[in-house]
Amino acid sequence: MAAGLTDTAEADGREAPASGLPLRGDRVGRAVLGLLLPLGLAIGWEIAVRGGLAQGRLVPPPSRVLATLSDLAASGELWLHVQATLVRVASGFVLGAGLGIALGAVTGTLPLARHLLDPAFQALRAVPSLAWVPLFILWLGILETPKVVLIGVGVFFPVYVGVSGAIASVDRKLVEVGRIFRLSKPALARRILLPAVLPATIVALRTGLGLGFLFVVAAELMGASEGLGYLLVDGQQFGKPEQILAAILTFALLGKAADTILVVLTRPLLRWQDVARDIL
Amino acid sequence: MLTFRNVSKTYADGTRALAGISVEVARGEILALVGGSGCGKTTLLRLAAGLDTASGGTIRLDGEVLDRPHPGVGLVFQEPRLLPWLTIAQNVGFGLADLSAPERVRRVAHALERVGLAEHADRWPRDLSGGQQQRTAIARAFVAQPKVLLLDEPFSALDAVTRQDLHGHLLGLWAETRPTIVLVTHDVGEAAVLADRAVVLRPKPGRIHDIFAIATPRPVDPDANASTTRQLRAALGASLRASG
Ligand SMILES: Nc1ncnc2c1ncn2[C@@H]1O[C@H](COP(=O)(O)OP(=O)(O)OP(=O)(O)O)[C@@H](O)[C@H]1O
Ligand SMILES: [Mg+2]
Repeated sequence: MAAGLTDTAEADGREAPASGLPLRGDRVGRAVLGLLLPLGLAIGWEIAVRGGLAQGRLVPPPSRVLATLSDLAASGELWLHVQATLVRVASGFVLGAGLGIALGAVTGTLPLARHLLDPAFQALRAVPSLAWVPLFILWLGILETPKVVLIGVGVFFPVYVGVSGAIASVDRKLVEVGRIFRLSKPALARRILLPAVLPATIVALRTGLGLGFLFVVAAELMGASEGLGYLLVDGQQFGKPEQILAAILTFALLGKAADTILVVLTRPLLRWQDVARDIL
Repeated sequence: MLTFRNVSKTYADGTRALAGISVEVARGEILALVGGSGCGKTTLLRLAAGLDTASGGTIRLDGEVLDRPHPGVGLVFQEPRLLPWLTIAQNVGFGLADLSAPERVRRVAHALERVGLAEHADRWPRDLSGGQQQRTAIARAFVAQPKVLLLDEPFSALDAVTRQDLHGHLLGLWAETRPTIVLVTHDVGEAAVLADRAVVLRPKPGRIHDIFAIATPRPVDPDANASTTRQLRAALGASLRASG
């Protein structure tokens, strides 16, 4: 056990100075650069309000937003809302992404299914998803189900379009490599199609996740007794802009965190990619 | 024995790529296929590989009709076509899924050794030079030990020195299992060095212009082949002028 631990520590130690450190420094530098503008604005506003240049009633200074946030956190209320929102996004994401991948794969690989289903999906996609809300409420009530379904709809379309498009544009040249080695249909799907569409699928999933957060707000605005969207509505009704901003800030952090987790989890799958990201 | 009997190919858009190709390739023979650009060399290999179907005639391997990919027939494409998500070793072992893991590892290691890529086994294709990628593709085809290997200008993108190197690698690999090889090339010198016979094609539609026996035994001395090379070059020139 102890030996195992030492081994990993050593392995890490060997790698870090070689490539890890300079890269990490670079990344920190970039993060700082990205924070400069929002931090500057926040600090500027804080100073303006404290110095009496502005009232800060409708746009509360960052300190008041943070105080609200920490109050909510201390009372445990915040976690309740965060949890409610995350459970909805997660359920909707699993639903929408699962169906999007499955149906995208089917229409991408089977021409018959494509001709049968794709026109209908494309037509449905043209409907602004929020237009479904009244129908969902009529059909599914106002509890959790319509919310999750709405989020699922929001996630479904980018994932479906991304996956079926990616499969349709897999390089014929690589498929021929599979044919030369006489792969069966399932083997071809697993060994050529799947890895080939993975990068586009992950991009589609990221888009879908972003839309999931967009739609959870809409879903919670349509009536909820908990969730970050509820905090928004509550803040508006009782004139608490700091609560609204606190909820928005939390949304931003959660959205970014969820995206980052997705990226980090999938990065090992894409190490082989030859992309321009690092030179642009 | 690989036999082409009266093979023709007209593409869906009406392009007549090949017409009446008949030639027999003996077991273990290396046959060079030379001819100008667009005279149907790739088309012929794709038909033999079973990737496309002939519009007329038949291609047989030991009597068996080749109209779909066959386990006994390997193809090296005009481009390396490595799978970018697999390492070099995994690419080479791509066609060996049916073998046990140790056997696969052993064969892949041997093939990589043969083409001088042993130390690149765990790199990604994107990190290799064009010639290294091409060698990987050659190893991938050889490692499956097919009876027939179809090579579509595998060296065309390379400089003369690397080319000569690869000729050595190719003959080394060939000597191990002595597959029948059909080698497409633009380069008559290459044909003279590597092949037992050379088929010169003429275009529009692709037909056989002439067939040359190359007498010199391998390993080949380029100088001794000078006259064959000259002959081939003249034939190739004539075939290009004779188009239509
Ligand atoms: N899929 C296709 N559809 C229609 N025509 C094609 C197709 N593939 C090739 N051709 C045509 O068939 C002819 C022979 O093409 P082929 O690729 O076999 O030539 P090649 O001898 O391999 O040429 P190169 O030396 O440039 O590789 C050309 O005129 C080409 O335009
Ligand atoms: Mg060609």
